[in-house]
Amino acid sequence: MDKVIVAKDLSLSYSNSETIINKVNFSVNSGSFVFITGASGSGKSTLLKSLFGGLKPKQGSLVVGGVELSNVSSSKLNFLRRHIGIVFQDYKLVKEWSIEKNIMLPLIINGYEKGVTQAQVDKLLKHVRLNHQAGKYPLELSGGEQQRVAMARALAHNPILILADEPTGNLDDYSSQLIWNLLEGANSQLKTTVIVVTHHIPRNMSVDYKHFHIEYGSIHEVN
Amino acid sequence: MKSIRNHLSLVIALLSILFSIQVFMIVERSIDAYKENLASNYSVVVVSQKKLSDKSFFALNDLIESVSELTPDSVIKKLNSNMEAKNVELLKLALPKFYKLKLKYYPNPQEIKQLKKDLLKQKGITKVEDFSNNHDTTYKLLVLFKNVIFVFSLTVLIVTILLIFKELRIWQFKHNERMSIMGLFGAPIWLRSAVLFRLSIVDALIASVLAFILFSYIASNAWIAKELENIGISIVMFDPLNDFLLLLGVAMSLSILLASLIVLGHKEEV
Repeated sequence: MDKVIVAKDLSLSYSNSETIINKVNFSVNSGSFVFITGASGSGKSTLLKSLFGGLKPKQGSLVVGGVELSNVSSSKLNFLRRHIGIVFQDYKLVKEWSIEKNIMLPLIINGYEKGVTQAQVDKLLKHVRLNHQAGKYPLELSGGEQQRVAMARALAHNPILILADEPTGNLDDYSSQLIWNLLEGANSQLKTTVIVVTHHIPRNMSVDYKHFHIEYGSIHEVN
Repeated sequence: MKSIRNHLSLVIALLSILFSIQVFMIVERSIDAYKENLASNYSVVVVSQKKLSDKSFFALNDLIESVSELTPDSVIKKLNSNMEAKNVELLKLALPKFYKLKLKYYPNPQEIKQLKKDLLKQKGITKVEDFSNNHDTTYKLLVLFKNVIFVFSLTVLIVTILLIFKELRIWQFKHNERMSIMGLFGAPIWLRSAVLFRLSIVDALIASVLAFILFSYIASNAWIAKELENIGISIVMFDPLNDFLLLLGVAMSLSILLASLIVLGHKEEV
């Protein structure tokens, strides 16, 4: 099976501060569903950040989607990011854009035609149960609704990899369930690799998953 | 309303720069026109012991545009009441030749000095009257006026550039988040900054059109035209094509520079 992520002796740190992730080795198969857990401050969000090139490895090698991130050019990094969908705990929606335009963003970046873009956005808005609010702006929505928009945006361009940083952290049960359903659906139906950083793994997962735990700067698989 | 507010701050800053540039150009043109007027009324009188040709004057200094000989008749007329005709003729022959020199433009004091020096080098010329006291005072006034306007325009320019830099920080704050989010999804730099460049180009266009309307109004204002006519100045205050293109060019360059600085200073926040 193809490896979508391969980390070898990977160390991560912010500028000159102490090392957060220390010489870890792990890999993720294409099409798998992975949870990364760990205590607050253990470095799970830092690791996720490094997976989309938001933080360069301090040492070692990190290959995502065939792209070596320890020494990557901005054009190559942009190319990689065009094939990744990211969901943040704080949503990261463009406030001055309607939710429809926010969902369109990866499609516009990937150069999809207008007709395809609109059809895909309409479909996703239905999936996240926000089709009646397409023209609204992010700040007019609740936290749960904003996260659903972020989720739709992450799925819009059928990415090979979805990275989600505590996607249900502050959400009500309804929105949380919707988000998990969408992530599971992407993984089972589209064979998208999903990596979720979270404190709690939901009990009723319908797909097989891998579980990595981060502690004291090292990572290990939990069986 | 929000959209108007988005544009207003940069449009006002750009408009004040365009205003100071155009005012400076109008003053420049007025001074040039005034200098032309002065040049047409100003002449240098030369006294020579022998008759000189026009060519010999032109060879002395490039500033000379035309030469006319002054007849001594008016002076002699005052004296001839008690003089015999023969003596008048003798007097005419004994009198030196007077020449009035018209200049190509209104010279500065150094050029006047040089002209006087060149003329006195010519054999036969004994005196050159350049009315330098009057000339120097007028010229210094002109230079003073021009410098005052220059300092005024420069001050406006500096204040406005400071305003633009303040605007740059606001824009940086406003656009940084959107550009970072676009970056997370792999948008190339040109796409991330497209909105910014579109905004700055639109603002430059708005500011230039407003400057066009303002100066077209000023140029067609009867009171201003009359005031200029009173001091004998006839100028094109605002050339709708050339001046507009110049103002548009300045506004575009400034706003594109502003947008480029934001793009260059953009730091990805994740």
